[in-house]
Amino acid sequence: MAEPISTPVKPPFWNNPQVRAILFQAIALVVTVAFGLYVFDNTQTNLRRLGIASGFDFLSSPSGFDVVQSLIPYSPTSSYGRVFWVALLNTLLVSALGIVLATLIGFVIGIARLSKNWLISRLALVYIETFRNIPLLLQIFFWYFAVLRAMPSPRQSLSLGEAVFLNIRGLYLPAPEFQTGFGWVLAAFGLAAALAWLAARWARRRQRATGQQFPILSVSLALLLGLPSLTFWLAGSPLVWQLPELQGFNFRGGWVVIPEMASLLLALTLYTATFIAEIVRAGIQAVSHGQTEASLSLGLNSSLTLRLIILPQALRVIIPPLTNQYLNLTKNSSLAAAIGYPDLVSAFAGTVLNQTGQAIECIAITMTVYLTISLLISLMMNRYNRRVALVER
Amino acid sequence: MAEPRVPHSNLPPPASTVGVVGWLRRNLLSSPLNVVLTLLAVYLLLVALPPLLRWAFLDASWSGDNRAACRSGGACWVFIRVHFDQFMYGFYPDGQRWRVNTAVLLLVLGAAPLFVRAVSSQFKVRLGLGLLIVYPCVAFVLLKGGMIGLPVVDTSQWGGLLLTLVIAGVGMTAALPLGVLLALGRRSRLPAIQTLCVTFIEFWRGVPLITVLFMSSVMLPLFLPAGMNFDKLLRALIGVTLFQAAYMAEVVRGGLQAIPKGQFEAAAALGLGYWKTMGLIVLPQALKLVIPGIVNTFIALFKDTSLVLIIGLFDLMNIVHNATTNPEWLGFSTEGYVFAAAVYWLFCFGMSRYSQNLEKHLHTGHKR
Repeated sequence: MAEPISTPVKPPFWNNPQVRAILFQAIALVVTVAFGLYVFDNTQTNLRRLGIASGFDFLSSPSGFDVVQSLIPYSPTSSYGRVFWVALLNTLLVSALGIVLATLIGFVIGIARLSKNWLISRLALVYIETFRNIPLLLQIFFWYFAVLRAMPSPRQSLSLGEAVFLNIRGLYLPAPEFQTGFGWVLAAFGLAAALAWLAARWARRRQRATGQQFPILSVSLALLLGLPSLTFWLAGSPLVWQLPELQGFNFRGGWVVIPEMASLLLALTLYTATFIAEIVRAGIQAVSHGQTEASLSLGLNSSLTLRLIILPQALRVIIPPLTNQYLNLTKNSSLAAAIGYPDLVSAFAGTVLNQTGQAIECIAITMTVYLTISLLISLMMNRYNRRVALVER
Repeated sequence: MAEPRVPHSNLPPPASTVGVVGWLRRNLLSSPLNVVLTLLAVYLLLVALPPLLRWAFLDASWSGDNRAACRSGGACWVFIRVHFDQFMYGFYPDGQRWRVNTAVLLLVLGAAPLFVRAVSSQFKVRLGLGLLIVYPCVAFVLLKGGMIGLPVVDTSQWGGLLLTLVIAGVGMTAALPLGVLLALGRRSRLPAIQTLCVTFIEFWRGVPLITVLFMSSVMLPLFLPAGMNFDKLLRALIGVTLFQAAYMAEVVRGGLQAIPKGQFEAAAALGLGYWKTMGLIVLPQALKLVIPGIVNTFIALFKDTSLVLIIGLFDLMNIVHNATTNPEWLGFSTEGYVFAAAVYWLFCFGMSRYSQNLEKHLHTGHKR
């Protein structure tokens, strides 16, 4: 006798994947929202208890303190809102300078690391392994407290050709002073840039059409350097250098790089350059050797091979992690707070917060700025990355 | 009759291509540019190394117990000698320091078998889990006290390398599992879970750690009900852990994305559910792929522990900095920072070397 066919039992509804998915998501959302409400409620109660009025009105009241470095006019009577802009510009200044310098040093060290010269590649390795395994904060402290604090007083400044001075108050550089007529030089530079761009376009088209090459690099350089210099000479040299001079106990005139900025910049640059160097090395090594051989067998010389074959492919690998390093550098510039360089965290989330007690507003503004910078840079880099990315079938 | 042909014995390679001379020619003097670079490097070394060696070793003062012993003009290592205990234990009471030593000894003894290849992997897994779960409790009781007759040592007295290791250790053990969960959430097909995880990760990755620590010290009291307060150390631990977990999540996500779809499908065909698929099939492969990334995150975490100085904890960095501002010992900040740098360097460099080693060992031939 045949076995009775058992009727399939419908599994219970809690084993249904769709039901489960909805259930889990609902739980996650409810927990998150409940937690958020709990925190919000606590904050409201605490603020009422402490008598802190929330809101952004405090931004328009006068700050009453001075900031040691400001790129825009600022005085203690300026508002807290003004402090924000001063601090933001200081953060952007040190980040931008750091990014440029770290990229330069990083590329040089990364290429040195790949050098066939044993000594050079070993020196690059020692530099990389030393600086990237030491906390950035420690490096900032070292440059600030151990090196720059040990500089002589203004009267015994270290000087370079009576134009550049280094002492405990900072690094003094000659400042350019533009006279009337300098606008012509700028205009000439703009014209030269436009001409160079047009020439490059023409040269590229001609090479595509006829195969003939044009020495575009030297022509552009000649244009960019020659035209402004000629105008400069014709306009009667409308630029004087204002040298820093010792008056009393300190230097007057010229540009001054305060020690906080110098040590922060030095540490950020040397630290980030090690990471960039490793990225550059990995990027170049990622281009297979066959590409070099193929290029050489096509008759390209070694500099053309580097420029047309290796670098474009290496950049594809280098760009995404490089972007991350730029972001890291920008975020790391907030360590300025430890030595008192007036950046966003130190001047705004520090001093202003302490004076006004508006903790939530100050921290929220600061975090929003960093988030915005992060998102903007990654957006820009993503766009570039899409342009150079490998187009596959 | 022709002369019998006598085969010539093989000539040695030209003298200029072998031995020391050959090595020098190949590696240092292969082209005019390389000659110039070599000369430049040698010059740099000659300028920089001798004064450095003289400062650090030849002219340095090693013995003594006050600053009068430092008159030689070189480095004053006496400064480090005098403060050494403080740099290691912080303000941990003198008579109780054996507890710290015992905790460290237990960790070293417990962890040692993990690094021996001969030990079976099954035993290693059990031991590792034991270390992860049991050891923190034991260490906490030992360090904090208040139980089994040990006097209480408040966390505000912890300091120096001890505190650095506590923060780094707790951060690492907590950030890895949290990061794995976040990465799984980010790769999840459930839109709500995915959105929550993406928001969490991008938020923490977008802000500097220092603002997180600022937030934990000025804003956390506002978020909690009145009267409830966290220990300062705990706040720093939460901040550091959440911050690094977001970075860890991105590292693990890289590994998850590298696992071919066939693995998921094969697991599903075998009837494995989500957690079994992930735990038995996907994660073991994914985590192995991203060991370098995980260790890099650990190294970053270790270096980032120095930031707790901002909220006034006396970790190695802060305690050294504090000692250099001691009026009795002014002017020895270089020695202090060099010592701290050497300690951090040893740990970070050790970790990176170990990860390279592990990578080589775990390399099972899948990589092309």
